[in-house]
Amino acid sequence: MSPKSALTESLPRSVAARPAEAGPPSGVDVPAQTYCFEVLRYGQTPGDRPRFQAYDLVVRKKMSVLEALLTLQEEADPSLAFRCSCRGAVCGSCAMSINGKLNLACRVQLHTLATRRIVLEPLPGFEVLKDLVVDMDPFWEKYNRVRPWLHAEISAAQENRMSESERRRIDQYVQCILCGVCYAACPARQANAAFAGPAALAKLYRFVADAREGRSRHALQQQDAAEGVWGCHTIMECVGACPKNVRPADGIRGVRRKLVSQKLQRLLRRKTS
Amino acid sequence: MIQHDILIVGGGLAGLRAALGLCAHWDVAVLSKVHPVRSHSGAAQGGINAALGNAPGGRDDSAEKHAFDTIKGSDYLADQAAVAKMCGLAPEVIYELEHWGAPFSRFPDGTIAQRPFGGAGFPRTCYAADKTGHVLLHTLYEQAVRRGVRIYDECAATRLVIEDGRCHGVIAYDLKRGRLEAFAAQFCVFATGGYGRMYRNSTNALINTGSGVGMALLAGVPAKDLEFVQFHPTTLYGTNILMTEGARGEGGYLLNREGERFMARYASKMMELAPRDIVARSIQTEIDEGRGFEGGYLHLDLRHLGRKKILERLPGIRAICIEFAGIDPLDEPIPIQPGQHYSMGGIDTDAAGKTCIENFYAAGECACVSVHGANRLGGNSLADTVIFGRLVAEDINSRKGHGDFPPDESVLAAHLQRQTSQMDRIFARKHGTPHQRIRDELRQLCAEQVGIFRRGEELGRAVARIAELREQYGDVCCRAPAGPFSLEILHVLELESLLWLGEIIARGALARQESRGSHFRTDYPVRDDARWLKHTLARLDGERIALSYREVDISLYEPKERTY
Repeated sequence: MSPKSALTESLPRSVAARPAEAGPPSGVDVPAQTYCFEVLRYGQTPGDRPRFQAYDLVVRKKMSVLEALLTLQEEADPSLAFRCSCRGAVCGSCAMSINGKLNLACRVQLHTLATRRIVLEPLPGFEVLKDLVVDMDPFWEKYNRVRPWLHAEISAAQENRMSESERRRIDQYVQCILCGVCYAACPARQANAAFAGPAALAKLYRFVADAREGRSRHALQQQDAAEGVWGCHTIMECVGACPKNVRPADGIRGVRRKLVSQKLQRLLRRKTS
Repeated sequence: MIQHDILIVGGGLAGLRAALGLCAHWDVAVLSKVHPVRSHSGAAQGGINAALGNAPGGRDDSAEKHAFDTIKGSDYLADQAAVAKMCGLAPEVIYELEHWGAPFSRFPDGTIAQRPFGGAGFPRTCYAADKTGHVLLHTLYEQAVRRGVRIYDECAATRLVIEDGRCHGVIAYDLKRGRLEAFAAQFCVFATGGYGRMYRNSTNALINTGSGVGMALLAGVPAKDLEFVQFHPTTLYGTNILMTEGARGEGGYLLNREGERFMARYASKMMELAPRDIVARSIQTEIDEGRGFEGGYLHLDLRHLGRKKILERLPGIRAICIEFAGIDPLDEPIPIQPGQHYSMGGIDTDAAGKTCIENFYAAGECACVSVHGANRLGGNSLADTVIFGRLVAEDINSRKGHGDFPPDESVLAAHLQRQTSQMDRIFARKHGTPHQRIRDELRQLCAEQVGIFRRGEELGRAVARIAELREQYGDVCCRAPAGPFSLEILHVLELESLLWLGEIIARGALARQESRGSHFRTDYPVRDDARWLKHTLARLDGERIALSYREVDISLYEPKERTY
């Protein structure tokens, strides 16, 4: 049986309307094609300079960029370094630049790319530790700085009541997997290294907008600065880049609104007193 | 040498929950192979069980009923007092998570929403859409940041140090620096997850190599009930990414090639919501008997649930289907097949999470209390992680001031030396067997011969072959040079314990001449309580595996035949 007829046979009979570009499920045999991966290498030996290394890979199964990298690592070059874990787009480990677009390597299927020449680079805006592995510490420091937890009294006798509409208000921010893609994509952060960046500020809004939150006005004022929400220039790169459909810029705008309304309230109070 | 009062190995839900319970009283550090938010707990989808009685149809639910369902689901291999303890604590733990900020889905009255799940008599599974593990992991990590818990991330423990019946700490491989470190502590807690990557077709993350169970075993702590391996009925065809049981909890159908809801022939009352062992076997039977689609899969059909319900309750499932299989469950059924999912067995602990070593504990999937017995119910693993993480912390806290366990630095230094020379030997070997050749054969072997359906003859062959693979391991080489983020050496080290665990699974399964829960022997298709109502314990006796058995606690419910 030719690979092509095997493919048609394995399609569910009841399904006629499969989009032509979708192809068979991942892991399924496809006609062999050679892909060329150009991977940015760095940090193999002390003092080496970044360079691209090319690898050819004959692909016989439908696979993701991550699966291709794992295959290259095992078969061609075990020194190739990258992070990965869940291979299902929930852990946030494998963010990188794929043909210039930032994404999770596990979630990009090779056949969806327009070309068979695939350039892989580490996330921009981070210090590279080795090959595709970047130093995430500055990202985590900025995350920590927004005090990313629910500020609330804890008693475990019963749940707080919360409506679905209240939950929905924070839903998109809850989806964030802290992969660093928006942080890498943000031009404002690249220009201003002290700027907290989209992920941390969206996380902050996830708590500010939570009906259960009891954060003090004072605690929020730390973000009333160029390192905080005013560092965003609403270029909106974060929104387009997020692999989980979060819109960090909405969160930043939300925190700004909260800060402004707090200021107005204070002004009004001063006037009336 | 790095010193802390308490070392927790593993930064998933169990490890973080233990850390939160301990950090106010002790100097605690968490060692994690990946950053904590990358842990596999985050991949849990469907929910977490607790008898809150929030659902309109679930007002009569109770901790006792939760315990009974769990025990029945376990095919009576769970220790009943431990199950009762877990189910009794579950509501309190859910409220605690909610107060820490976990964004659970809600019922119209504002209470935490609960959905039906397999093997449960009531809608008991609390959920946050289909991303429950993700939100809980982030919630606990947020609390850990709040409390300033010390975390060594990208630091993989490679050796548990036990000498003279006492734990002294661990040796760990610091991936960022590419070097070994000794960590000394008075108490060690393992929360390292399961051994799913033993199987080719697993839902597990690539990090789930069973390393904690293996390290404990090599240090002399027995492993319990390893032959009980859960196969999830619905994993995405091809990649084996999890398709939550919540999809069936929300009303999804399982259909064979004829479009038949075949579960009617296997579990007429509970249908798609029978426990996982039964549904997985039913699906495999349909495929084996020619009623599957070519390639070996069936359909999980959600279309009749309607757009609104799918978008609200199962958005993650839909995204996975679109991104990884190119299909939209709004318009098409999902191609699914069973896949390895959960390790019921693990490090032998008591109901406080303590092992036979006084200052060494384990919690979560790497531990075997046992509360899941021969088959875990969906929604009980997340409950297990946070409850036993908390119980371990409480037990250690209760021992404050009752005797110290000062670690012996010279013992740790000796183990560090031994681990260093083992690694040097592997690095020095330039022309041996590549580790992945051995690993891939082990995975293939386990999937084919130690899988859903098992037969004595095949199991015997698997035992013999794994022993041969272990001999080949003596010649394993590491081609990547030592240095930062050189993961190959870690994979090579982990493979050693994976081979031991594989052999224990196969040996335990071969010895157990009955069918119970996830362990199904086609040559012994019925449960045999007279001979086999007992836990399997495996120890390493030099280069030999020694199996022994221990009674099951059946103090609450008399074992009965399981029907659904």
